[in-house]
Amino acid sequence: MTEFEPRIIGFLCNWCSYAGADLAGVSRFQYPPNIRIIRVMCSGRVDPPLVLGLLAEGVDGILITGCHIGDCHYISGNLQTKRKFTLIKRLAEKAGLEPGRLRLEWVSAAEGQRFAQLVKEFTDQVRVLGSSLLSGDKPDPDLLLNMRAAGAAAEDSRLRALVGKEEKLVSEGNVYGEQITQEDFDEVMTGAVDAEFARHRIRLALLEEPMSVKELSERLGMEPRRVVEHIVAMRQRGWVDTQEIRGSSPIYRALEVP
Amino acid sequence: MAEKEEAPRVGVFVCHCGINIGGFVNVPTVVEYANSIPGVVYAEANLYTCSSDGIDKIKEAIKKHNLNRVVVASCTPRTHEPLFQSTCEEAGLNKYLFEMANIRDQCSWVHMHEPEEATEKAKDLVRMAVAKACLLSPQEEPEIEVNPVALVIGGGLSGMTSAMSLAEQGFKVHLVEKQSELGGMLLRLKKLFPLEQESSAILKQKIEAVRSNPNIRVYTNSKVRFVKGFVGNFDVEIESQKGEVESLGVGTIIVATGADVLEPKGLYSYGEDKRVVTQMQLEEMLETGDLKGVHTVVMIQCVGSRNEERPYCSRICCNEALKNAILLKKSDASREVYILYRDLQTYEFYYPSLEGKARDLGVKLIRYLKEMPPQVSPEEDSVAIKVFTPLLDEEMTIKADLVVLSTPLIPREEAKELSRILKVPLDSNGFFMEAHVKLRPLDFATDGIFVCGTAHSPKDVAESTPQALGAASRASIPMARGRLRTAAITAEVDESRCVGCGVCVELCPYNAIQKDEKGIARVTGAVCKGCGVCGASCPERAITMHHFTNEQLESQGIAALGRAAP
Repeated sequence: MTEFEPRIIGFLCNWCSYAGADLAGVSRFQYPPNIRIIRVMCSGRVDPPLVLGLLAEGVDGILITGCHIGDCHYISGNLQTKRKFTLIKRLAEKAGLEPGRLRLEWVSAAEGQRFAQLVKEFTDQVRVLGSSLLSGDKPDPDLLLNMRAAGAAAEDSRLRALVGKEEKLVSEGNVYGEQITQEDFDEVMTGAVDAEFARHRIRLALLEEPMSVKELSERLGMEPRRVVEHIVAMRQRGWVDTQEIRGSSPIYRALEVP
Repeated sequence: MAEKEEAPRVGVFVCHCGINIGGFVNVPTVVEYANSIPGVVYAEANLYTCSSDGIDKIKEAIKKHNLNRVVVASCTPRTHEPLFQSTCEEAGLNKYLFEMANIRDQCSWVHMHEPEEATEKAKDLVRMAVAKACLLSPQEEPEIEVNPVALVIGGGLSGMTSAMSLAEQGFKVHLVEKQSELGGMLLRLKKLFPLEQESSAILKQKIEAVRSNPNIRVYTNSKVRFVKGFVGNFDVEIESQKGEVESLGVGTIIVATGADVLEPKGLYSYGEDKRVVTQMQLEEMLETGDLKGVHTVVMIQCVGSRNEERPYCSRICCNEALKNAILLKKSDASREVYILYRDLQTYEFYYPSLEGKARDLGVKLIRYLKEMPPQVSPEEDSVAIKVFTPLLDEEMTIKADLVVLSTPLIPREEAKELSRILKVPLDSNGFFMEAHVKLRPLDFATDGIFVCGTAHSPKDVAESTPQALGAASRASIPMARGRLRTAAITAEVDESRCVGCGVCVELCPYNAIQKDEKGIARVTGAVCKGCGVCGASCPERAITMHHFTNEQLESQGIAALGRAAP
């Protein structure tokens, strides 16, 4: 086999999609053998850092499938899947990963044929993108740093709290009874994702070696003004401190984050 | 626990499943590969791992090789995990130390033309299962007591049937009806198909039996306003119309709240012309004999159903129309009766005779097309119905004295509220949805809550009755046993990391998480259904989803790449 064969991981909910995949088997609907399926009870259980982490490890594509909206075995779990998937996509995109490596679909227990078709489509889609720059022995160092930053941002309590509260904020409003539109929320989210992603990039870069603002700016392709803003916020959180003053520039180092 | 601290000693059993797996996947190669995976101390192939022979071999190997984890690579955990789990238990191994690799339904059967790739994939799937197995921990299933009292919501035919069945088994039953009298939909029906029995006769018998049974307490003009707790131990509040609230403890709950009939406002001049009625109104007219001067009757099927808004077939309307057409003919043979239908659904083996009987009596059955529905135009002395009939490929006009619309059963408006109170789902049509259409047709996914009758889907009396008896039987199981073990796949909060933000409390679809007096989130294991949404959402990542932990899922993913977990 000379053609590139992508490595794909599928996260399937136990009740609809995994049953749909079983039905594809019972019905003998054939699909490409690239996918490796991991069963979860609910697609809403697929934690963003897990997906981003596996992409950083070099998986070529990840497919998440759950029950159709309204048919969730756990009533509303798949609404959370949608919210979480949006976060995963935003962060992966920030990191510079091709968006086509990720896909979320709803597959019911009765949709064996659709499942087979979907796997075929997704495999083709990933095949066209080619091998992930993070697979193999020599992963692209910049993309790797970015994906690790994306994964760390998805572990960050601020983004997680926002995503966890999104459904309620958008559908019912906040504790003051103010209705929040999806657009307003998205704006807040975009700002938060940008900031957290940038801060984790700085933190990871400083873990590699202590640097000045200028060096960080060059290493990460970030405006010095932005680097300073983030360093200020990161200092307050106890993520960085000054290691030494070189010439007139402080050199920052990353601290162990609890 | 001992198993957790010991190094993993995994046994792998690879099933040929006759030729189902063995015909496409090279099983000996997979066994050989399994033996090379770190942590695996024993691997073998079986012709059928699920046969009694295969089961005995697992038990023997657990003892002989001192296995503390078992992986079976065969079919799907959805059907066979319970069998292999109990095999482990019988051999003294906690059943949560078992993992399955699905190399049939999700491998050999879907890659039948690629035996080499299928074999490689089977190896990967075994490696992934072993990776997870190594990280599994034994889980205990807590045992709880069951209050042998049932709550039946809805005092129609289904609710009364369930209540009677449970009461006859000796359980106390609280039967809650929102109307002032028992009977539900049957109060509005007159004669029931296929045998044209008087619905009032059936109803009278049921109501008397329910009213006189000392084990049943009936609450009319009442509704359930609050439910908390879990199977065996629900706390329920019932509110009467006067606003009196009574608190009860029950062990099981049956939902039998029935359905409504669609009021076809604005369709076919209904509501604008008195000569356009529903089948329900026709029932009344048949009963009161208020059909003077009605010589030509046109019935229209699928009014407001099988369309974009309500895609489902209400199933019972065809039989109801045929039954009423027969009654119209019987009371006056000179009447002209037409039924305009899209597809005639006279299912069940004794019903086709209704259609034959109607035809014999001269009822005219005319098919119409969804794209070209009949047109109803009220005129002074009659109602004109224009319909294109594909059989003759022409349009015909009928002048009718009465137009009868067959409208579907629709979910009750209150179903939404009850679904929220009980934390049970509705399907896309708005009816209550069972846990599994074939495997658990009377249960909700929430243990201890069951469904029957038209609350679940459109049904007739002959279908609702056995479903009601079935739901009562399902509900009696935990109550008769008195104790039960609840699932161990539940979430657990790490107190030291919880900051009390409440995200999990809000997201839990079952109210299984509450904050304690210190503001720390606590999971009630018996209520938790193990979806894991809380764990994937916790800002502090303080929640462990047992049996599907982050580490376990990650190790499976890394193993899929052919590497050992970091």
